[in-house]
Amino acid sequence: MKLSPTQMAWRAAQDIEDGAYVNLGIGFPEMVAKFQPLGREAIFHTENGILGFGKAPDPGLEDWDLINAGKKAVTLKPGTAFFHHADSFAMVRGGHLDVAILGAYEVAETGDLANWSTGPKGVPAVGGAMDLVHGAKRVAVMTDHVTKDGKPKLLQRCSLPLTGVACVTRIYSSLAVIDIVGGRFVLREKLAALSLDALQAMTAATLHLEGTVADLIVPEL
Amino acid sequence: MDKTLPDLAAAVAGIPDGATVMIGGFGGSGAPIELIHALIDRFLATGHPRGLTVVNNNAGNGHVGLAALIEAGMMAKLICSFPRSADPVVFTQMYLAGRLELELVPQGTLAERIRAGGAGIPAFYTPTSYGTDLAIGKPVEVFDGRPYVQERWLKADFALIKAHLGDPLGNLTYRMAARNFNPLMCMAAAVTIVQVSRIVAAGEIDPEAVITPGIFVQGVVETPNPAQEEDLNRAGAVYPEVAA
Repeated sequence: MKLSPTQMAWRAAQDIEDGAYVNLGIGFPEMVAKFQPLGREAIFHTENGILGFGKAPDPGLEDWDLINAGKKAVTLKPGTAFFHHADSFAMVRGGHLDVAILGAYEVAETGDLANWSTGPKGVPAVGGAMDLVHGAKRVAVMTDHVTKDGKPKLLQRCSLPLTGVACVTRIYSSLAVIDIVGGRFVLREKLAALSLDALQAMTAATLHLEGTVADLIVPEL
Repeated sequence: MDKTLPDLAAAVAGIPDGATVMIGGFGGSGAPIELIHALIDRFLATGHPRGLTVVNNNAGNGHVGLAALIEAGMMAKLICSFPRSADPVVFTQMYLAGRLELELVPQGTLAERIRAGGAGIPAFYTPTSYGTDLAIGKPVEVFDGRPYVQERWLKADFALIKAHLGDPLGNLTYRMAARNFNPLMCMAAAVTIVQVSRIVAAGEIDPEAVITPGIFVQGVVETPNPAQEEDLNRAGAVYPEVAA
């Protein structure tokens, strides 16, 4: 039993305040935009120079001058703004974004993130990931708790090439919600059916407890 | 003053072997497909220019535009942030065969290096890439208790740009997110060549609406109804078309 990527996206969306400026990484984090709680409206930023874009257009209505960082078509909303790439990354590095949500290969208890390279083989590609981990007030990660072959992705130290040092503040995993505080994993929520021991066994660094651990409750989606 | 150029062939005629060429766009949006194809035409007809260093965010998609430029064998080096796409086969094969050098730069650092090149700032410090493999060999300095990596400006001999409206003075507007790297590259190249959907008379672009002032532009060529890379790829296009 674990959360689907859609359910992780739903959970991550619950923490985004009304009016927050948010950047969602390419892939699963993009789904966070679908699950904004009623009455809240975040403003989404995309690296290629749009603030406040809307959902995907219906097929056939795409305008290929209006895409997101994943090169997917998006739409305009009242209040959309366009800007060039240097302004876009001034928003990122300059501390103007409230939240960035990224994918991860590995996260360390130090807050180090590895999400751009699986090693020296193949073609390296970094995009905006190394910029996004600096500057946003909260840098969150959405990830399966373990790899496809069951190995921990939450570690004492990352083994893969780093995207950034001491940058992640919260992890939305398929099993738990974990904060990174002072170089330690602090467990905030876990699936009710999962024991603390079982969760710890799938985590390669100590899970610390501060107060109560809430049940991670997510609707069927 | 009239910076208008008669056609695409004339627009790319002055680019020599070994030049550094910035090419605007993010994926297909804002990519000057017609200028790129004109450059390929010149290479196929004359064998020049070759050995180009190209600066772009990506590495092409399918077999048109930037990918076709790589496939033609005109490029020696690519400076980019994300050499992946829906169909990156051209770049991937060339790179893995060792026939194309890659300088990988984080996207925001790439944008700022280009901006710095255009603004006369030889180096700057950024938090991006600190502690990662992409900072190896670069000076690090601590400011107010935080470490930052020194990055150098990036300049080019030529820039190939796509804009929406242009006037004979070189003033430009862009269309939606097709702006991306284009205004920065206009600033950073010694010679900036722009394809625009329409050339209008001086004064027809509201001065409040000018995004790139003409001082950054050396040539403007009108290219009505420019192709979108995404549309070409969905139609399975290959450039140049293989003769039947």
